[in-house]
Amino acid sequence: MSPAILTLLAFGLSLVGWLVARARARAFRLASPTGRTHSLPGFHAWYVGLWIAVPTLVFVLIWNGVSPVLIRHEVLATPAASSLPAFGFERQSLLSQAHAVATGAARAVFDPAAEAFVIPFRAAIFRYQVIGLVLTIVIAFAGGAHAFLRLRPDFAARTHVERAVMGLLLLASLVAILTTAGIMLSLIFETIRFFRLVSPTDFLLGLHWAPDPMSVGVPDGHQFGAIPLFWGTIYIGAVIAMVVAIPLGLMSAIYLTQYATHQVRSVVKPLLEILAGVPTVVYGYFAALTVAPKIRDFAQAVGINDASTESAMAAGLVMGVMIIPFVSSMADDAIAAVPNDMRNGSLALGATRAETIRRVLIPAALPGIVAGMMLAVSRAIGETMIVVMAAGATANLTVNPFKAMTTVTFQIVAMLTGEGSFDHPATLSAFALGMALFLVTLALNFIALRVVKRYREAYE
Amino acid sequence: MSASVPAQPDAIDSTFGTVSAFPEPVEGPKIAARNVSVYYGEKRAIEDVSIDIPKSYVTAFIGPSGCGKSTFLRSINRMNDTIPGARVEGQILLDGEDIYRSGMDIVELRARVGMVFQKPNPFPKSIYENIAYGPRIHGMTNSRSELDGIVESSLQRAGLWDEVKDRLSDSGTALSGGQQQRLCIARAIAIDPEVILMDEPCSALDPIATARIEELIDELRGRYAIVIVTHSMQQAARVSQRTAFFHLGRIVEYGTTSDIFTNPREERTKDYITGRYG
Repeated sequence: MSPAILTLLAFGLSLVGWLVARARARAFRLASPTGRTHSLPGFHAWYVGLWIAVPTLVFVLIWNGVSPVLIRHEVLATPAASSLPAFGFERQSLLSQAHAVATGAARAVFDPAAEAFVIPFRAAIFRYQVIGLVLTIVIAFAGGAHAFLRLRPDFAARTHVERAVMGLLLLASLVAILTTAGIMLSLIFETIRFFRLVSPTDFLLGLHWAPDPMSVGVPDGHQFGAIPLFWGTIYIGAVIAMVVAIPLGLMSAIYLTQYATHQVRSVVKPLLEILAGVPTVVYGYFAALTVAPKIRDFAQAVGINDASTESAMAAGLVMGVMIIPFVSSMADDAIAAVPNDMRNGSLALGATRAETIRRVLIPAALPGIVAGMMLAVSRAIGETMIVVMAAGATANLTVNPFKAMTTVTFQIVAMLTGEGSFDHPATLSAFALGMALFLVTLALNFIALRVVKRYREAYE
Repeated sequence: MSASVPAQPDAIDSTFGTVSAFPEPVEGPKIAARNVSVYYGEKRAIEDVSIDIPKSYVTAFIGPSGCGKSTFLRSINRMNDTIPGARVEGQILLDGEDIYRSGMDIVELRARVGMVFQKPNPFPKSIYENIAYGPRIHGMTNSRSELDGIVESSLQRAGLWDEVKDRLSDSGTALSGGQQQRLCIARAIAIDPEVILMDEPCSALDPIATARIEELIDELRGRYAIVIVTHSMQQAARVSQRTAFFHLGRIVEYGTTSDIFTNPREERTKDYITGRYG
């Protein structure tokens, strides 16, 4: 029995339990002198249904992990197993070939030596399928019986079902958190592997980045200086992009909240939000094919002769445009949250609209605006496609925005898709870079959320 | 509510005494409204209101919720302009000058006609900066010491100086509700207006803070023309010398406060002040 069939079986049995329990609860209701039971029949039905489905599904999940191990054990216990190589690649290969043939995934074995294991595998698989099926049914009936026997007119099925619903919701909210924790863990392990090969000081303080994925022997720490990448990331994402995005985003938010009529706002705001929905790879084309050559021409026209086609400027400008809706919508929320009384108080003192915005609204909304900017920075430095397509691949440590630069995200892509083997330090460096990026964006988001929270408390 | 409005007979008597001692103003009205109607989109909130508001008295607007008294108040310094779809017909004259004529400078109008709102709305700035805000935007001072002087005198006139003089750099929003409202009054006074409009200035305050504001209004009388919208008839009786009763967007009756409360001409006024509706 495949896990899918066992799962279907669990749901089917659960449905049966659900129907039977509901019928029984209805019978209670008719029989009771008041015509009432503690809980509605639906709650009894769900109580029994859940008691069947949940333990059974948990079992199927566990069985799915355990049974292959048991099958293998059984096969290895057969006399034929003594002919297997003791360990290593060949042993694994023989076993998996035999397994594939036994399950019907492959037509024939490559290695005739594997042939001997096909029959034992088939037998073991069949045996454990039967065991799995029987256990599933037994567990379903045990759960169902346990629940069903507790049904009585005054049984508080409602309370139990509500608690189960709460558990389900809790589980759902934990998924994202656990995923984050999983990402953290996987990054941590690979990062540690990297730092065993390259010292953290070389990585964090080195000024030269040129890992060679094909190098052999002891890695040269001086190839792994990440400062040029950090600089490129900050220069493109936090400097050039923000110089574009913050003024434009803020001004558009001010226009939309303070000046635009209702009609204009209802058109412009969705349009601005569409900008946020454009795939970043499309911005990448635009940056690489349209903006970058123009910027090079401009740079050469003003006398900067070493300007390259791919430049930090091109990537930063386009990234800034991409971030505008983000800044604008955060600033919009922050300004709209300032009480209208505050604005009226200023206007009633004879302040003009512009004075009111500059001296009252912006200062009052500043925490929210700053938080929006931080989130924007954290998005910009994590952005990948635009820099991959327009910023270049050379790790330059320069303030000249017309030069090619490279970023942390670009190098992660480059290192992971390179030709080095997985345990090569160049490949592993991607994880250390990812870790650095993850920590920085996490910190930015954390601070931004704290700021927003404090700010909300001030007005409510 | 009982038929006899006064809750504090002594205060009322003295106020009424003062009123009857006043001669009718010899100068023209400070504010004269002529056939004013205010619309919010299609809806007419104020219908054909004409009223003369004198210079040295406190004038109270009373009436049930939704009667248009706040709307009319807000049309005196054109705060209705900030509401999309609001439209004013008729004339409102400030010292004989139509404030709705084209070319009227709203900034100058609002500098002359200050306003205090229902909910205290200090800016999230220091106490000092709250007061200095108006003088700064109007360029009223040339030096820091001049500005310091305005801040001090405004706070003193608003009766707040002694409470805050040692913490002028604290945030205005950290004050108590009553102090915040006096700060807002001080802020309005700081630009030396001719008229102060107050839109239910005590509705968010406790009785003690309310009493303090009422005292303050009494102290400010004579120096500024004060117009106050209030829900509390006792308050109107205590602080004002003139009262206008609004109902369904019209002025039903306007006269000296003592007449309105002791000897109303209109049946509806009588019903309202005796608490039969509203």
